[in-house]
Amino acid sequence: MGKQAASEALTSIPALLARNAKKFGAKPAYREKEFGIWQSWTWLEASEEIRAIALGLLTLGAERGDHVAIVGRNRPALYWSMVAAQMVGAVPVPLYQDAVAEEMGYVLEHCGARFVFCEDQEQVDKVIEIQDKVHHIEHVIYVEPRGLRKYDHSHLHWIKDVQAEGRAAQQRFAKELEERTNALGYDDTCVMLYTSGTTGRPKGVVLSNRNIIESSKNSAAFDKLTADEEVLAYLPMAWVGDFIFSIGQAYWTGFCVNCPESADTVMADLREIGPTYYFAPPRVFETQLTGVMIRMEDASRVKKWLFDTFMNHARKVGPQILDGKPVGLWDRFKYWLGDIVIYGPLKNMLGLSRVRVGYTAGEAIGPEIFEFYRSLGINLKQLYGQTEASVFITLQPDGEVRSDTVGVPGPGVEIRIDEKGEVFYRSPGVFVEYYKNPESTASTKDAEGWVATGDAGFIEEGTGHLRIIDRAKDVGKMADGRLFAPKYVENKLKFFPNILEAVVFGNGREFCTAFINIDLTAVGNWAERNNIAYASYQELAAHPKVYEMIQSHVEEVNRSVAQDEMLSGCQIHRFLILHKELDADDGEMTRTRKVRRRIIEEKYADLINALYDGSKEIYTETEVTYEDGRKGKISATLEIRDVAVVGEGKVAAQ
Amino acid sequence: MMDQSVEGYVTEDGRQIGGVLMELKNITLRFGGVEAISNISFDIREGEIRAIIGPNGAGKTSMLNVINGFYHPQEGQIIFRGETRSRMKPYEAAKQGISRTFQNVALFTGMTTLDNIMAGRTLKMHKNFFWQMLRHGPALEEEIEHRRKVEEIIDFLEIEHIRRTPVGQLPYGLQKRVELGRALAAEPSLLLLDEPMAGMNVEEKEDMSRFILDVNDQLGTTIALIEHDMGVVMDLADRVVVLDYGKKIADGLPSEVQNDQAVIDAYLGVPH
Repeated sequence: MGKQAASEALTSIPALLARNAKKFGAKPAYREKEFGIWQSWTWLEASEEIRAIALGLLTLGAERGDHVAIVGRNRPALYWSMVAAQMVGAVPVPLYQDAVAEEMGYVLEHCGARFVFCEDQEQVDKVIEIQDKVHHIEHVIYVEPRGLRKYDHSHLHWIKDVQAEGRAAQQRFAKELEERTNALGYDDTCVMLYTSGTTGRPKGVVLSNRNIIESSKNSAAFDKLTADEEVLAYLPMAWVGDFIFSIGQAYWTGFCVNCPESADTVMADLREIGPTYYFAPPRVFETQLTGVMIRMEDASRVKKWLFDTFMNHARKVGPQILDGKPVGLWDRFKYWLGDIVIYGPLKNMLGLSRVRVGYTAGEAIGPEIFEFYRSLGINLKQLYGQTEASVFITLQPDGEVRSDTVGVPGPGVEIRIDEKGEVFYRSPGVFVEYYKNPESTASTKDAEGWVATGDAGFIEEGTGHLRIIDRAKDVGKMADGRLFAPKYVENKLKFFPNILEAVVFGNGREFCTAFINIDLTAVGNWAERNNIAYASYQELAAHPKVYEMIQSHVEEVNRSVAQDEMLSGCQIHRFLILHKELDADDGEMTRTRKVRRRIIEEKYADLINALYDGSKEIYTETEVTYEDGRKGKISATLEIRDVAVVGEGKVAAQ
Repeated sequence: MMDQSVEGYVTEDGRQIGGVLMELKNITLRFGGVEAISNISFDIREGEIRAIIGPNGAGKTSMLNVINGFYHPQEGQIIFRGETRSRMKPYEAAKQGISRTFQNVALFTGMTTLDNIMAGRTLKMHKNFFWQMLRHGPALEEEIEHRRKVEEIIDFLEIEHIRRTPVGQLPYGLQKRVELGRALAAEPSLLLLDEPMAGMNVEEKEDMSRFILDVNDQLGTTIALIEHDMGVVMDLADRVVVLDYGKKIADGLPSEVQNDQAVIDAYLGVPH
C-alpha cells in the first residue's frame, strides 16, 4: 500500500487491513477447512487476495457508492469480497443466505446493488430468478464453480477469474484503487445490514466506519481481546454480530477468523479449532446441553453417577471459582478432580475448552443452561445489543455475571429509561440512518442521537445492571388492567428442553393462553425411551402423553409466574400444541428465529378463537412453504387443554 | 426413431454427444428356460446419460448385470471402446473403468463413509500388501494421494459432515450418496446406477439428480441408469431405451420415447 500511508489514520477497514498486513504479516488471518484439511491465509496473503478482488471490481466498472451484495455461508472469499468492495469505495451489503428468492429480491431492489457475490449455484439461481424484476444487477460473481459451467457467463464471473483479471490490470488500476482506498473517511459508510425485523419489511441499517471501528475498539478493550484470539465464524454474515466479530474486532485486534467446512460440520470444526472468543445464541447452548443430557441418559451407570456427582459439585462451587470468589480448599480439590474426570473432557467434547470470553445474546437464556456452562468453568456472559448500535449496548463485566441481567453499559454508551419503561441509548456505535427511509430513522433516533430500543426494561438499583422485561410494544394490559408481558412467560416455557417455542396471547383479554411447539429432538428421545411410537412431528405433537408432559411444564411455569406479583396475571389458563413448527419460510419467525406475533395472530386466528371460546378441540388447515418455495397444506385436529392456575378463583371460560 | 450414425447426435438441451463407448449387439440372456433378455441391441455413447426404463420384470437390472460382467449372455456381443469383450468377471469390468451402484444399498455398514469411499479406490492402489501393512514410505505417500481423491469426492457430494460416521447409522438417502461416492472413487469412464432414487423423498431426489448431472458434466463420466421415476428420467436422460418383457420396445430421445405408442401401452397395460 501507499508510502504516504494516509492509512495510518486507521479510519476504515481497508486501512486496518494494511496495518495488519504490515504488523501481523505472517500471522494467520483466515482459516477454512477444505478437503478435510485446514487451509490458512496470513494477513499478508489475505490482503493480496482482497486487493486482487478489488482490482477485479474496478475492471468490471465498480463505482464509488455502489452497493455490492454478498450472499452465502461464512467463507474467507466472501469476507474478502466485503473488504474489497470497501476498498473501491463501494458499500458491502451482506444478505441472509437462506432467504427465499422473493425476500432477497426485495433487499437487492431496495439497495440497488450492481454487483452480487454469490457463494454457489444455489445463490446464483436465486439471483437469476429475480433478475427480470430487479434490473440494476450487472455482474454476478460466484465462489464455488460447481454446476455453473454451462451457465451464460456474459455477466457471470468466477471469483478466481475476477482476481486474475484484477491482477492483470495492476498497472491500469493500481493508482485509482489507492486513491479510492485512501479517500475513505471515518464517516463514510462501512457496511449496510438489513435487519430481519419482527414487523414489516427489512430496513437497511447504514453503519459508518466510525460506528464499526469505535464499537470494535471499545468492546475489544472491555474484554481484553488480543491478536491471539481464535474465533469460529459460523453465524449468518448478514447479522451485525458476525460483522463485528469477524471483521470489526478481527481487523482491529488482528485475530484469526476460522470458517467451517460446511454448515453441517460446525460442531466438529468447533472442536478442532477450540475458539478462545465465542459467541452463540441461547439456542445453540440449549441444543448442546440437550445433546449432552440425552447422551448421559444412555450412558452406563458408573458414568452417569460420576457425571451427576461432579456436576452437582460444579453447580455449587463452579461459578464462584470462575468469579474469583473465596472457595474452601476441599471444594477446590474436588472441583480440580472433577475437571480431570468430567468437566475437562466435556468442555473438549463441546469445543469450548479454550474459551476465554464467551457471549450469548438475542434471547433470554435459561438460568439452568447458563449456570451449567458457567459451572464448567466457561466464562459465558450476556450482552445486549442491536444492529442499530453496532451490537454493543450493555455487557456483563467479568465477575458480575448473572442470568437475569444483561450487564452494564459498554464503554462510551449512555442509557436512559423513559417514563413508559422503554430503554434508550446513545453511543459512538449508533447507526447513521435507515437507507432510503427517513421516517423510520426519525422515529427511532432523535436529534440528540438517542435511539429507542423498543424493549422495556429497568436499571437494577445497587448493581447498575440493565434488566430487560419484554418488547415494549408487546407489553400490554389484560382486560382487568393487569400487566401483560408475553415474552417473560414464553421464556420461562422455553427453558424446558421439551418446548422449542411458545407464543402467549392475552393482550386485552380476560386470561392468557399459549401455543406450544415441542422440541422434536428432546421429545423424540423421550418418546423412544418410553416406547411411544410416532411417524411424524404432527403425530408426536398430538400424543396425549406429550400433552400431559407439556401440561405439567405449563403448570410449573404458572407457579413460578404467580410468585411475581406484578406479572401474576400472565398465568396460562389454556394451551394447545401446534401441529407444525413455526418457520421462517412461512413468515412466522424472523431469520434470526424471533417469533412474529402479528403474523401468527392473523394466520392462526381460528386457533386463538378456539382457545378463548371454550372448545375442547379444533380442526384447522395451514398453508406451509417448502424449502424450494412451493406451497402445500397440512390439516389437523388439535386438542386444547385447561391448566391449573395459582391463586385465582376463576376457571377458564366454561 | 433417431439417427444412429457413428458421428453422434445433439441432445435436447443442445449438447453434442460423441462416438460410441459401448455397443450391445443382439444380446440374449436365459436363465434355464426363461428368457430374461431377448435379442436386444443398443449403444451407450461417450459423455451421455443413458436411461434404461421399463415396467417391473422388464429385464433392466439383468441388462445392467450383463454390462457389468456379472451375467454372461448366451448370445450376442458386447463391444467396449471398440473391442469385442470376451466373457469377463465383474472385477475385470471394474478394471476397464465400469463401476456401479446397487438397487439395494450395498455398503460396508460398520465402516465409516471415508473408509467406504476409500474402498472404491482399491483397484487404483499399486503398492504391495507388505508396504501397506507397514503404512510407511511409498505406501503412506500413496494413501495420502488416495485420501486426497476421496476428500474431493466427499466435497463433491457434500457429505463432509458424515465423513467419520459409520454408514450403518446414516439415513437411506445419504447411504445412496455414499454408494455413489464409492462408485466414483474408481474414476469410472462408465458409471452404472441401478435405481439411484428408489425410496427417496422429493428433496433427496432433487439432490441426487443434481449430483448425477454434476458427475456427468463436471467429471465427464458416461452414465447408464435405471430409474422408475419418469419425471426424473425425462429430465436427466439424454437418450432412453425402453424394455418390456425382455424386449426392446423403444429407443431415442426422451420426447420421442414419451410419445411412443408401444411405451404408453407397456406402462398403461394392454393385453399381450
